[in-house]
Amino acid sequence: MNFPQRAFPSSTLATSGGISTAMLENMSFPYELPALPYAMDALSPVISENTLRFHHGKHHQTYIDALNKAIDDTEFQAMPIKAMILASGAGGKTEIFNNAAQAWNHAFYWDSLCEKGGGDPSPILKQMIDASFGSVEACRQELLHAAVTQFGTGWAWLVLEGKKISVMKTEDADTPLTSGMKPLLAIDVWEHAYYLDYQNRRKDHVAGVIDKLINWKFAADNLA
Amino acid sequence: MEHTLPALPFAMDALAPHMSKETFEYHYAKHHQAYVTNLNNLIKGTDFESKSLEDIVKSAPAGGVYNNAAQVWNHTFFWNCLSPNGGGAPAGGLADAINKKWGSLDEFKKAFQTSAVGNFGSGWTWLVKKADGSVDIVNMGAAGTPLTAGDKALLCIDVWEHAYYIDYRNLRPKFVETFLNNLVNWKFAEANFA
Ligand SMILES: [Fe+2]
Ligand SMILES: [Fe+2]
Repeated sequence: MNFPQRAFPSSTLATSGGISTAMLENMSFPYELPALPYAMDALSPVISENTLRFHHGKHHQTYIDALNKAIDDTEFQAMPIKAMILASGAGGKTEIFNNAAQAWNHAFYWDSLCEKGGGDPSPILKQMIDASFGSVEACRQELLHAAVTQFGTGWAWLVLEGKKISVMKTEDADTPLTSGMKPLLAIDVWEHAYYLDYQNRRKDHVAGVIDKLINWKFAADNLA
Repeated sequence: MEHTLPALPFAMDALAPHMSKETFEYHYAKHHQAYVTNLNNLIKGTDFESKSLEDIVKSAPAGGVYNNAAQVWNHTFFWNCLSPNGGGAPAGGLADAINKKWGSLDEFKKAFQTSAVGNFGSGWTWLVKKADGSVDIVNMGAAGTPLTAGDKALLCIDVWEHAYYIDYRNLRPKFVETFLNNLVNWKFAEANFA
């Protein structure tokens, strides 16, 4: 096997303010599981240590492993992860897209949460949210609604489009990256994200995440 | 008409340890019930109120009414695909059709396993009978159902994570394997094929 070395300067790769996302974006083939930006028990009780062990150690790891298998000896192998997501999505390479997008979405999701999160965003982000939604509370409600109404598997997102901040939901592995939006925050609503702690009660889980775990600083860093 | 949650064709603990009582307490009593409740709420005061469940599934546009109606129908069908004395082999015309398509029951199981494990995200994997009498395996997403595709449903497995997370966590392959070896109700599939 031959592993082409990348010629991308790190500045074009490191576009995220988050630890997990930056780790993943700076990796090259073969990819490894990016570390969580906090301890396994840091998000408890909203997200238990048990859930994180499975979600990070099994689910995220499986996407990484499947990605390496899918891109081995293909033209995608030499691409940075974001470019790989866009190219495989546009080229109808479903297996590569699903695993690359889930690898990235999960890293971005870990960074979207933090111990003692929630509360209000910093002034600049708050101002933009007020301008887009009317209030931070209205933004929270819209995010909750998107997360609860995404039927089946998928994600709820806070995204930046031009100067406007909006909420969107995506199915399965789909990511706002493919529609040219800038993700600010992600909430995973696949059942594996909450089944051990909340079973069928997705709304209780998402409400807890928004109230107690959302990393507004990460969202603000992503504005840049 | 007011839709109701049909009774399970076995006791909640009848499939343990392959599918635990706890799984049915959620999958049947919470998830299936929620689809019934949501459907009743959504069709109140609409033309769908006078239609049968199958007619709603076949005529509703993509969206809430379709999703909930199809999920009510799919889950009822899925419970019938399970049996405390499941597994083994099909007989009669269905056995012949499976052998004709895949060569052997083992090859069918391999193909079904691969499809169900590869059904990305939430959805259903079906064994169907086509108009020409042949059988095939079809993967469908979230609330997909053969009712809308014109194929006759013979057998299915729910591969939403809620179907296996309590008993198998992330190990969907183990769940599908157990379904094929220990739970599948071939009598039900044979009756659907006839
Ligand atoms: Fe996830
Ligand atoms: Fe289900």
